[in-house]
Amino acid sequence: MEAAHGYAHDHGHDHAPTGLMRWLTTTNHKDIGTMYLWFSFSMFILGGIMALVIRAELFEPGLQVTEPEFFNSMTTYHGLIMVFGAIMPAFVGFANWLIPMQIGAPDMAFPRLNNWSFWLLPPAALLLILAQFAPGGGAGVGWTLYPPLAVQQGLSMDLTIFAVHVLGVSSIMGSINIITTLLNMRAPGMTLMRMPMFCWTWLITAYLLIAVMPVLAGAVTMLLTDRHLGTHFFNPAGGGDPVLFQHIFWFFGHPEVYIIAIPAFGVISQIVPAFSRKPLFGYASMVYATGSIAVLSFLVWAHHMYTVGMPVQAQLYFMFATMLIAVPTGVKVFNWVATMWKGSLSFETPMLFAIGFLFLFTLGGFTGLVLSIAPLDVQLHDTYYVVAHFHYVMVAGALFSAFGAVYFWLPKWTGRMYDERLGKLHFWLSFVFFNITFFVQHFSGLAGMPRRIPDYALQFVEFNAISSIGAFGFGVSQLLFLYIVVKTIRSGERAAQKQWEGADSLEWTALPSPAPYHSFETPPVIR
Amino acid sequence: MQLADAAQPQSHLPFARRIDPRIMLGKAARAVAGALLALWAGFACAEWRLGLQDQKTAVGEAIYDLHNAVVLICLVIFVGVFGTMFYAVWKHRKSVGHQAALFHENTTVEMIWTVIPFLILLGMAWPATKTLLDQRDASAADLTIKATGYQWKWHYDYLQEGVSFYSNLATPRAQIDNREPKGEHYLLEVDRELVVPVRKKVRILTTAADVLHAWYVPALAVKQDAIPGFMRDAWFRAEEPGVYRGQCAELCGKEHAFMPIVVRAVTQREFDQWVAEQKSLQAVVAGDAPAAAEPADGKGVYDQICQACHAAGLAGAPRTGDKAAWAPRIARGEAVLMQNALKGIRMMPPKGGNPGLSDQQVRAAVAYMVTQSK
Repeated sequence: MEAAHGYAHDHGHDHAPTGLMRWLTTTNHKDIGTMYLWFSFSMFILGGIMALVIRAELFEPGLQVTEPEFFNSMTTYHGLIMVFGAIMPAFVGFANWLIPMQIGAPDMAFPRLNNWSFWLLPPAALLLILAQFAPGGGAGVGWTLYPPLAVQQGLSMDLTIFAVHVLGVSSIMGSINIITTLLNMRAPGMTLMRMPMFCWTWLITAYLLIAVMPVLAGAVTMLLTDRHLGTHFFNPAGGGDPVLFQHIFWFFGHPEVYIIAIPAFGVISQIVPAFSRKPLFGYASMVYATGSIAVLSFLVWAHHMYTVGMPVQAQLYFMFATMLIAVPTGVKVFNWVATMWKGSLSFETPMLFAIGFLFLFTLGGFTGLVLSIAPLDVQLHDTYYVVAHFHYVMVAGALFSAFGAVYFWLPKWTGRMYDERLGKLHFWLSFVFFNITFFVQHFSGLAGMPRRIPDYALQFVEFNAISSIGAFGFGVSQLLFLYIVVKTIRSGERAAQKQWEGADSLEWTALPSPAPYHSFETPPVIR
Repeated sequence: MQLADAAQPQSHLPFARRIDPRIMLGKAARAVAGALLALWAGFACAEWRLGLQDQKTAVGEAIYDLHNAVVLICLVIFVGVFGTMFYAVWKHRKSVGHQAALFHENTTVEMIWTVIPFLILLGMAWPATKTLLDQRDASAADLTIKATGYQWKWHYDYLQEGVSFYSNLATPRAQIDNREPKGEHYLLEVDRELVVPVRKKVRILTTAADVLHAWYVPALAVKQDAIPGFMRDAWFRAEEPGVYRGQCAELCGKEHAFMPIVVRAVTQREFDQWVAEQKSLQAVVAGDAPAAAEPADGKGVYDQICQACHAAGLAGAPRTGDKAAWAPRIARGEAVLMQNALKGIRMMPPKGGNPGLSDQQVRAAVAYMVTQSK
């Protein structure tokens, strides 16, 4: 960030523009990674504010803060912004910063494409924000955009559809870049099976993205033509089928879950060995497990729609296939625990977030197993149990992993060390408030509280009040994170080249802190 | 159906309901204080249910037991895995001088922790499959009811009995807007309940008129999406008499939270009686009962139909006898009143949701209400 800026001037041959033009025209993987991360954080705050509007309304029964239409649009854009604006760009940011450094490359394979993939994001975000101000307000359909409700919506729906198109284009270009970089730009001796786990997870994720983003684009395009061009893909009056959209959406949507989770696995697979001072247990099986999860993710989509009334045989197939995912996911968790076993453990902030991830993501995995069982899902589908489940996976999973990654690599990026005491405080606040917010939602869901409602029956009062208090605590705690990062950049202590004793990937062993603007001008020697 | 009262200005801006920040702040402070108090009081007497609702069907019982079993197995695994991890966290710390071992793979161990979870899953899949097959077998039903989702109410058709009606939210708007204390069954009460015989296999056919809805009653273990243009089915067999409450479970627009489902399970005798009453009521409404030959009886129609909303002022309807509410309406003339009653207005469906009424009957009922409210 700051430091990377400093390095721009070390290379006289760059003639890089300064100021705003520098960021608009940059083709440097570190600059672009930094922009991805700041963009992601600002979207995280925006999506977080929307979440707090939701929780404020749900603090008490009755309508207090919002009209139902506005409430519905908050749930819609909270979901879209967090998934497409916050979590996905955060991990693309890590990929940009880390992949060239970890494989011994000077930069990404397609630097200009890289610039363009980032600069598509702000216009897409703008479309999502503009949708709030369209006549009639934002679309109140949920992030899943199910028709026919989505066909009923106003202009905001079209803006949202275009935003999804643009985000999809950005993701596909980013993925092409990552795959090409990983397959072609590894330093001599850096064989595929020697790549750091983070690179492996991104290789797999990038393939997933290329496979499913066009599917989502297709689904929303069909929605668009149903809305404006008189097609009847999802309109039963013209021979269409509303459920078709759900099949297409979840054929994208389930791999999407792993697009978010798999890079998070990669981060955890870097952090846990570093603070255990012991190599990752079962590297090869981790690679295979990740690959199996990716393949299985294409075969289980309809477990998101057990209640549409599909034939019972289909329900059985999707139930068995979904339960099977527990096996490779279990392997990963066991391997992480085995990595810690008989290590020499220390608990700096990144490790705390990694352990928090392990603990809570596994909980989310178990509730996932419960939901995978079709007869049980009939009680839990579209209730707060599902909300609790996917927030354990998305927040305690992906977001905690992203926080861990920032604390882990911040010394490498900025050349400065964060405040360890504040970092730990941030972890504990996040951990406690996260559980206050989401653990109780399991109970509301089991008792039958549907999701996406602005008002609820009186048996859900206590758990909702607790959840809302937790949510505001969690939200405020994230301002501490911003403070810690800014403080590190401005006045953190100098970081060592190998800040973490147990870190062993190239960015720590072969590059100084902060990392030079162009990572490797000559390929490093991999032993 | 629109819950919003016409008197309340509708904002098209995507902002909060009341925009004055001082009022908002005051309200927020009072809300927080009140809620903390309520919370504290709630903690003392709350039910604190942590699991599924008590199940009233055999399939529901099976689901309940299956859930408990799966959670128990998960809990054991969780304690095992994280017991191991926290042992390592405690004993294998650098700060207690533990030296890192060098092992980083072990094929045997990895085989074991691939195969054992697989076997556990097989153990879970067996009862799950049995329960699922039972749950989805809606054949040989004693009674078939079609449930049609509308934005935002349910319509029920008893296919063999020929009884059909709309079922609307009965909670007054004032409770939702916090102007009145909330009743016991807040948001889970309807004007007309779905009445079914107990210990009979009831098949619910679901469909929808506009967008997706889902027919969900937790205690009966039924959740079935209602899809426009398609018919799906589900079934339940209530084992004991009682009232079972649920609500729409698929986002269907702004009043999604306000279209509950209430099922009343009664004995076969009571059910037959109820069906007979409904049929005679419908006959009167449809105008083929002997009474219909005589001049339209305004009070009769009112007592059977209009009073459902107008007696208590539900759903924004002006209460019969409430002169203040009626005066401006009466002032607009009989033609406008008639027009509204025939075509529907705001939450009121055309002819109060009874298309079988003749225009004359509607006119008589309107005249009756006007005389009562002058």
